[in-house]
Amino acid sequence: MAPTLMATGNAAGSDLARLRRDFPILRQSVHGHPLVYLDNAATSQKPRQVVQAEADFSVLENANVHRGVHSLSQRATSRYDGARERVRAFVNAGHCDEIVLTAGTTAGINLIAQSYGGSVLRQGDEILLTEMEHHSNIVPWQLIAGRTGARIRVLPVTDRGELDLSRLPELLSTRTRIVAVTHVSNVLGTVNPILEIAALARAAGAVTVVDGAQAVPHFPVDVQTLGADFYVASGHKMYGPTGIGFLYGRRELLEAMPPWQGGGGMIQRVSFEETSYAPVPARFEAGTPPIAQAVGLAAAIDYLSALDWAQLRGHEDGLVAQAAERIAEIPGYRLIGTAPTRVGALSFVLEGVHPHDVGTVLDLRGIAVRASHHCAQPLMRRFGITGTVRASFAMYNTLDDVDALVAGLREVRQVFGG
Amino acid sequence: MSDPSELYQSVILDHNRAPRNYREMPEASAQAEGYNPMCGDQLKVWLRLDGDRIVDVSFQGSGCAISKASASLMTTAVKGKTPAEVEHLFQRFQRMVTGQDSGQAEQDELPARLVVFAGVREFPSRVKCATLSWHALRSALGGGRERPGPGGG
Ligand SMILES: Cc1ncc(COP(=O)(O)O)c(C=O)c1O
Repeated sequence: MAPTLMATGNAAGSDLARLRRDFPILRQSVHGHPLVYLDNAATSQKPRQVVQAEADFSVLENANVHRGVHSLSQRATSRYDGARERVRAFVNAGHCDEIVLTAGTTAGINLIAQSYGGSVLRQGDEILLTEMEHHSNIVPWQLIAGRTGARIRVLPVTDRGELDLSRLPELLSTRTRIVAVTHVSNVLGTVNPILEIAALARAAGAVTVVDGAQAVPHFPVDVQTLGADFYVASGHKMYGPTGIGFLYGRRELLEAMPPWQGGGGMIQRVSFEETSYAPVPARFEAGTPPIAQAVGLAAAIDYLSALDWAQLRGHEDGLVAQAAERIAEIPGYRLIGTAPTRVGALSFVLEGVHPHDVGTVLDLRGIAVRASHHCAQPLMRRFGITGTVRASFAMYNTLDDVDALVAGLREVRQVFGG
Repeated sequence: MSDPSELYQSVILDHNRAPRNYREMPEASAQAEGYNPMCGDQLKVWLRLDGDRIVDVSFQGSGCAISKASASLMTTAVKGKTPAEVEHLFQRFQRMVTGQDSGQAEQDELPARLVVFAGVREFPSRVKCATLSWHALRSALGGGRERPGPGGG
């Protein structure tokens, strides 16, 4: 069982200290300084429970799924299906068949774009994206738009880094078939009002595809309440393994969709003349899936589920707020994204210093941040910048980490002046 | 290394703040662009040849301190050189920043103003920053068959 969190503590706070012991990777030095890991939006660290579950499976239970009458294969199958059930409960989907296990968010969006998009989009139809999307919620849509003759339209972002919902009615037309939007911006931390967007999309006759990669590590998600038609996320950003993720899709939609990739495991009967496909979700899981990773994902969900979400959110919000307040004292600091509802990420620029140089000086102090365009070049262009420094927080970060970040940024100022 | 000033030597900071030969060159005989998809840094290099000699070279662009200072110092190091001499300098420079040189003696053969980038070898992710302008220069000179780098995120 995972220990509980204190509202906001430093590493000495006993609950937080106990929680950090589940993440041995955090106990190391980088360039002679204790590691301060603030790149959680890129990938979070995994608790030993997740690593152990994956290892135990590989050491003791490894076999292929759905293929064997032998006991090990049946055990592997039930572990794999167990992971699917865990994901279902995690996002409160109505049925296990609505959960496709994927290689991650990117794979999920490509699947929806190719299979759903490929079958419904016609010349002149529209796909509505937003200006704050990650490249993986842009490029798959461009690929399918190119193939079908559909058109991409873009919902703009305001100066505060929120979606400009006032433009939504005008951008949602009778030609809109798909609205693809991120739940939480990986750059700005903005939490988007999915409920409202999905309702408007539905009224316009479009389905909503939600990129939940940055949401699921931070707050509970209920796909039924949200009214999302599709919802995708990655295991590795929610304390689970890489190479695994999930896609929720409303059952009627999934059932009407053609397969995307062909192979073993997704068929009913194959001959050279004709092949009939397996029912969902197997239809979308061609080939041997990432089984150990699915077991690890289930362990990550168990780990998260044992925590008190409200406490977790309070702790993380406290850290982001502290960091934002204290970094603001540094000369030339500009926060990118000032929406009132934000989680996880804090993006900023320091006047006169390139984000890369900030990242390198911080690295020399053992502080891991991301300095780049964060796979969101259109959003960078929107703010007239080429990149930001992004500090992104997770449950195991501490006020000491915030102190280290602020001290590191002061040093950046010393090195580069200004 | 854990002291930032070992990487960010004062010469680098100076050229970052006030890059030399930072201008367009309408009368250029060749030009080329460098782009790093990993970080979005981009710059353009212009040069003018007189016979086999570079008589003028300039650059403009946006990038980090390492890429900007490297471009600036490169322009000061290659003026008056032939393409073959530039290639020789580049090879040495690249060996230094990637940590493949045989050490001090080899570095001593590089102009001191280029040796300030020796610290880059400790930061593999920054090697591209230090060599971006050189790649652009070589492609302007028609040499160096560049393959596009790996994709960005
Ligand atoms: C908002 C968002 N969408 C999609 C992705 C892509 O996720 P993955 O690389 O795990 O497929 C990321 C992660 O970088 C992200 O932050």
